[in-house]
Order: sequence, then structure tokens, then C-alpha cells
Amino acid sequence: MNEKLKETFSSFEGKEEELIPLLQKVQENLGFLSDESMEEIARFIRVPASMVYGVATFYTQFRFVPKGEKHIMLCRGTACHVKGAPRIQEEVENQIGIKVGETSEDLKYSLENVACIGACSLAPCAMVNDSVEANLSPKKIEKLFSTSGGR
Amino acid sequence: MIQEKRITLKNLGKINPESIDDYINVGGYKAFEKTVGRHHIEIIDEMVKSSLRGRGGAGFSAGLKEKFTSEACLRCEQKYLICNADEGEPGTFKDRIIMENDPHLMLEGMLIAAYAIGASKAYIYIRGEYYKSIDRINKAISAAKEKGIIGKNVFGSAFSVDVEVKLGAGSYLCGEELTLLESLEGKRGYPRIKPPYPAEYGLYGKPTLINNVETLATIPTIIEKGSDWYTSLGTENSPGTKIFTISGDVNKPGYYETEMGITLRELIYELAGGIKDGKAFYAAILGGAAGTFVNESVLDTPMGFDTLKEKGAVLGSGAIMVMSEGRSLFDMTNSILEFFKHESCGKCVPCRIGMPQLLHIMENLKNNKIGRIEALDLLLYESEFMAKSSLCPLGQSPILPIKSLKQYFENEF
Repeated sequence: MNEKLKETFSSFEGKEEELIPLLQKVQENLGFLSDESMEEIARFIRVPASMVYGVATFYTQFRFVPKGEKHIMLCRGTACHVKGAPRIQEEVENQIGIKVGETSEDLKYSLENVACIGACSLAPCAMVNDSVEANLSPKKIEKLFSTSGGR
Repeated sequence: MIQEKRITLKNLGKINPESIDDYINVGGYKAFEKTVGRHHIEIIDEMVKSSLRGRGGAGFSAGLKEKFTSEACLRCEQKYLICNADEGEPGTFKDRIIMENDPHLMLEGMLIAAYAIGASKAYIYIRGEYYKSIDRINKAISAAKEKGIIGKNVFGSAFSVDVEVKLGAGSYLCGEELTLLESLEGKRGYPRIKPPYPAEYGLYGKPTLINNVETLATIPTIIEKGSDWYTSLGTENSPGTKIFTISGDVNKPGYYETEMGITLRELIYELAGGIKDGKAFYAAILGGAAGTFVNESVLDTPMGFDTLKEKGAVLGSGAIMVMSEGRSLFDMTNSILEFFKHESCGKCVPCRIGMPQLLHIMENLKNNKIGRIEALDLLLYESEFMAKSSLCPLGQSPILPIKSLKQYFENEF
């Protein structure tokens, strides 16, 4: 087994109800959930791999391809929608050259939509890695993503 | 001039949220200390008398919920308390404000509720994207453990309690209490059939009390000042205060905690600084995506669970999204329905099939294949069917905005 996985498992007991925290921890350490890691989790908590896969694919937080260096989550909540989120999405897609759900080949960017992030008074907004980018506009997007090597 | 009245946000900006000493210096954990010295039935009675209604949206009496869970069994080995911090209703960010600015207040409310129902284990289910809240709550828990406020025999009483944080994994549906339980047990977020309610059969089949963050953060002040004081605030059927989160086309979007019974007009024009760019008010969505559209005829209705219900609207989580003239209701409705379709878990067929069907009707309307009146009637028919045949509030939600559109905007939609 992968050393990193072994290390991740060490803080768990191997109980069935630990499945979601396990998936979260593995994703935190590996950046995404590989087929191998999900099979190992299944063995660890003694459930069928299909169950692990079933839970992992249900929740939007889990990803099965690596994340980019800058992981962008665009808010598509109702308040952001009023403030023009669809146009913001177009703008970001143009700026970094990938579509929602994709990771750029150089692993610099990955782009996702997220339902309301609870920053509605800052709409339209997005999360870039762990920080919230507020009041997005085409200008601000250009500033955010062009200096750091956007295409 | 309308003033804010702060209970759950009373310490906001006045204390360092990462310092337990700051919280104790402003009288924090006094209510909990008092609580463990009293009989748990006294605490529940006080809560029932306060008529505090759940702030997550449903508005069920928090005291009665405690009573039911407390009385679920006489000698059960385990009961659980769960703080529902999986805030995901679009337009709502009140729980985040509480958790980031006064995590100990919420924690104290949890401890009091846990004592009242006799739960020795409490979980906080926080939305995975709320990084700052998670951090603050974790720090608050360790600080409280160090001080012996969480742990064995707190304040020298016979009461022991443990609190643990669990993270949501990105599912709107998990904010619904029965689905939240499934997720806590490590399963897919599918709703359960109810009854049985969590008070009888909750987490791992044990009696469980699930409360919203804002509800829990209100409890310490009620215990401290008494239910008579609390019921003197707000309106008769909706006592106390409520945090309203205002977004959209207003000059000062944000959170405002006021007494219940304030009007939408006061909220928008006095607290939130009026409509942006001097435009006219057109519509507001109350209660989030699973909420209702209202027009200017509701501007002077006192905000409360029942007063809004009479008008065919909901208070819900307290979210208010304001639209000024020129905004498209069609566009908003489409966005709300897209959101529901995305979040439908797929367990109940009427919801799984119904959501795309609703969007299909919207598309037909957009392409002028059907008329406005016909489209509204179709939407209403479909969503009514879904509401009657879906297990959880998600399938029962589309009818709310659609019905209110028919009521208030039949000629403009």
C-alpha cells in the first residue's frame, strides 16, 4: 500500500461510519481520490468497494482527477446568479482556457461550480483555494488569473 | 429609526472569538453552569415556555423537540445532540456569522441542550466549505475541554459530555435532518422515511435532537434572562429575534438581527440602505431557493412564521434576496430550478424525474412553444405532484417559488 495512505489510515479505527471522514482525509493528503485509494479504504473498513465508490460519487466535494495549483470554485447560488454569475463563469473559462469540471494539462488550474458558499453579501464570488474572492467583475478576473500565467 | 436587537450576535465584534477568556469575561458559560445545577425538566420547561421556534426554517418549537427527545426512553444507553451547521440554503449565511464570531455561544447552547435531553455525545455537522467556521469551532472546543467545560463531571456535577466536529461533503440535501443522520453514519445522503422522527429513532437508531446553529445560540440567553423576557420580544407567535441575511440589489447587503415582526420595508429601506442605484423595488425572494417570491404588497407585513404564511410566503432561514426593477423573474426561477435539479439525490422518482421536467416546461416557455399562463399551470401541477410524493423537503420545495409566482406575478412572469 502507498505510504501516504498508510499514514492517513493510522488516525482511524477502521469503522464503517468513518467512511466520509476517511475519504475527506485521503483527498486532503493526496489531492484527489484514486481508484487504488478507494479500494484500500474499502478493505480498511471492510465494506465492498462499490459502497465506497457509491458514497464518494454522491458528494460533490470528492474529486477523481487531481486538483490544479489554483482550485477555483465558482459560486452559482441564487444571490450570485442575480449578480451575474453565468457571465463570470464565461469570463473565467476564457481567461484560464478550461471549462467547468476540468483541470488544465499543466495542473495550474482546476475549475468547479459550487452551490452557494454563504458569502451572498459579497456576490458574485468564488473561492480560490481557501480564500473567498468577492465582488467579481471581468476586470478583477483578469487581474486574478493573468499575472499568474493564465492563457 | 429601526434598531437592531442582538441576542445571537450580542458579542459580535466585542470579543475575540478565539479567546475563551474573553467569552467568560462577558458572562459566558454562566448559563451552562446554572443549568447543570438545576433539574433537566426545569430547563425543558423554560425552553417550552420561551416558545423559541427552530431557526433552520421549519419553525418547530425547540422546547417541544427537547421534551420529546428527553422523554423518548427512560433508560436508554445513549442519546445524541446534533448541531446542524450544514448551512446551504442560497442567500443564507447567518450560521457562518455566528460560528465565526462567537463560537462559544453556540457551544454553550449545545451543552445546555445536551444536558436537558441527557445526551453525553454531541456532534457538530459543519459544511465542508466553511473553513473559517470549522477552524474557530475546533479551537473553541479544545479551549472548553482545557477548562473542563466539556468533559467529565462538568462544574462538579454528574453530567459528562463530549463534542465532536464532523464535516459535510458537499450536499445541500444533508442540511435536512434525517439525511444529515445518514451522512453522519457514513452513507450516501439519502432521506429517511418519517416517522419515526429523530427524537425516537435518530443517529444509529438512538434518540437524537437536531438543532440549527442560530437556535442553539439563542438558548444561553433564554436560560440567563428567562422565558418571560424572551417572549416579550418579537411577535406573539414568533417571539424573540431573528437574523435576516439580505442580498441582491440593496445598498448595504449583509446580516441584521432584529426582533421578529419587523417589516420587509424596514429591513430593506432602513437597515439595508434601500435599493441600489435609486431603482424601485420589484420582488424579493424570502427563505432562500426553497422560498417564495413576494411583491411590494408584502413590504408592510410583519416578518414572522405565521404572518408570512397567511400571505402565502415563508420566513424560512431568514434569507432575503432583493430584486430591483428590470430583473427577470424567469431567469431567477430557472436558476432556482437548476439548483434543485443538481441537488436532487435521486432516491424518490417524482423528484428525480420531476426536476428536469420542470426545467423542460421553462424551456418550452422560453421558446414560445407554450404560453405564460399555461406554463405556470403546468409548473404548478408538476410541483404539486412532486410535493405530495417525495420523501424529503427537496422534492417538496419547488412548489414554494412556483405557487408564489402564480400568486404575485401571474401577469409578469
